Amino acid sequence: MRTAFIQQLIREARQNSKIFLLVGDLGYNVVDSFSSEFPSRYLNVGIAEQNMVGVAVGLAMEGFIPFIYSIANFPTMRCMEQIRNDVCYHDFNINIVSIGGGFSYGSLGASHQATEDIGMMRIIPNMTVCAPGDPTEAKWITHLAVESAHPFYIRLDKAGEAIAHSDQDFSKMKTGDILKVKEGTSIAVLSTGGMLKYSYDFISNNNIYCALYSFPFIKPVNKIQLKQIFEKFKMIITIEEHQSSGGLGSVVLEYLNDFIENDEIQNIPKIRRIAIPDKFYSISGSQNFLRENAGLILKKEFFNNG
Amino acid sequence: MKKVNTSDFAKQIRIESLKMVYSAKASHIGGALSMADILAVLYNEILSYDPANPNWSKRDRFLLSKGHACVSLYATLALKGFFPMDVLDTYAQNGSLLLSHSSHKIPGVEISAGSLGHVLSICCGLAYGAKIKNEPWRTFCLAGDGELNEGSMWEAIMFASHHKLEKLILIIDYNKIQAMGNTNDILNLEPLQLKFENFGWAVREINGHKIDELKNTFSQLPFEKGKPSAIIAHTIKGKGVDFMEDSLAWHYKNPNEEQFLNALNQIKQQ
Repeated sequence: MRTAFIQQLIREARQNSKIFLLVGDLGYNVVDSFSSEFPSRYLNVGIAEQNMVGVAVGLAMEGFIPFIYSIANFPTMRCMEQIRNDVCYHDFNINIVSIGGGFSYGSLGASHQATEDIGMMRIIPNMTVCAPGDPTEAKWITHLAVESAHPFYIRLDKAGEAIAHSDQDFSKMKTGDILKVKEGTSIAVLSTGGMLKYSYDFISNNNIYCALYSFPFIKPVNKIQLKQIFEKFKMIITIEEHQSSGGLGSVVLEYLNDFIENDEIQNIPKIRRIAIPDKFYSISGSQNFLRENAGLILKKEFFNNG
Repeated sequence: MKKVNTSDFAKQIRIESLKMVYSAKASHIGGALSMADILAVLYNEILSYDPANPNWSKRDRFLLSKGHACVSLYATLALKGFFPMDVLDTYAQNGSLLLSHSSHKIPGVEISAGSLGHVLSICCGLAYGAKIKNEPWRTFCLAGDGELNEGSMWEAIMFASHHKLEKLILIIDYNKIQAMGNTNDILNLEPLQLKFENFGWAVREINGHKIDELKNTFSQLPFEKGKPSAIIAHTIKGKGVDFMEDSLAWHYKNPNEEQFLNALNQIKQQ
């Protein structure tokens, strides 16, 4: 996914001389292709994320479109106040990219597990929050981030994820769109970020008939599309590699509640949330191991009543 | 606009600042008065700007980092015609854009501040952007001394010298009192000049209330080719009002009517 991001950023930078990439001394073997082609629009600020965000703000004030790239929680939590006060309050087109969402770097421990980032970013006004499900989504979100005049947070999984979407043309994708991956009639799985491929494979390998939607945007969400999903399905399963507080499941529940409160929907689906429980995990393991350990799995029984 | 005498301009800034905090029953007059002379010299003698076009691309950038002391910046900008003087009367009133920490919604205010230690990094980004675009303008950052407790300041201080941002100027309003006491009792800043020098800056220590010394110092910028410039301006918190000078209490207190009239009288007579 990070390869798709950097390749798209290079394509954008060839067309747009304002694009500027800042890294916090991370991105070995990832950002080199950008830095070698655009040396004057690339800066490794060192291991200093608060300063990195401030420098990006200064560059944005002078008309640049900064992308900030780092891993896990470093470009978010470490500099949360700079993001809120300096980026979002002033509403600059600054795009924060974190590689290693969820348990991507799981064996590196809690410091490198980005499992609260979505919740933190989505509560800040003016911030668009994205968690692309595969490299194709990452590519189009990178494009939309350049085009938007406002801040974006883009959470990426580690490189190498296979493409869940097949030959779909996302060129008309707009910020907030929900992407249908599989058709279904009574049960829908709503996935964000790196859980898309897992969900796709589970449904396919077990011959389960259910819908699958990818939510590359946590904020905003296309309300019309979401309402149609609520109206259509009896059962909705949200799945995300994030704490149950503040992530996709929270977003879905909040929207559902508001639709009910405003009498905007007739059908009220059951919602099952699959997310990380309110705890830290102190054991080593692969991303898949840690996902399973935290209960981020689909089970056939979830689909029995479909 | 006819250029006023800089000493008179500094007095006007102090008077308008006092009026604002008195009307609004607001805090932070001490730090606003300590930086009044610096603002007066910058806006009367040094900075390039156009009040009719606050976003003029060739202007010098001035960013206030100690946003809590914003009354004297608001006064400076109004006195220079960025917005009408009567707007100052709305300071900290219900519905006003004149917040008690500097707000970018006000013409001439480049950035909103309030949380300490943010703005020097932003100035680094401005100066870096100007450098790669070969822009002639300079970036001035006015920070408080207490802010130097923040680690982010030192991230920015390292960045500025590493990237040889010689059109970046940091002015420290060194009044030596922070929120809970004397700076060197809470977290010792000294030897401050040596710290900046060791971090690769060109440094001057000056009296931050002497108009000629300020002007002379600013006219020598950059102090050294290839280095950012730091001006450690020794100041007095509450400068100009005897009962406010060097007093921690006036970080918080607002004057009653008698104190207000006394303060105005003192400043007018200087």
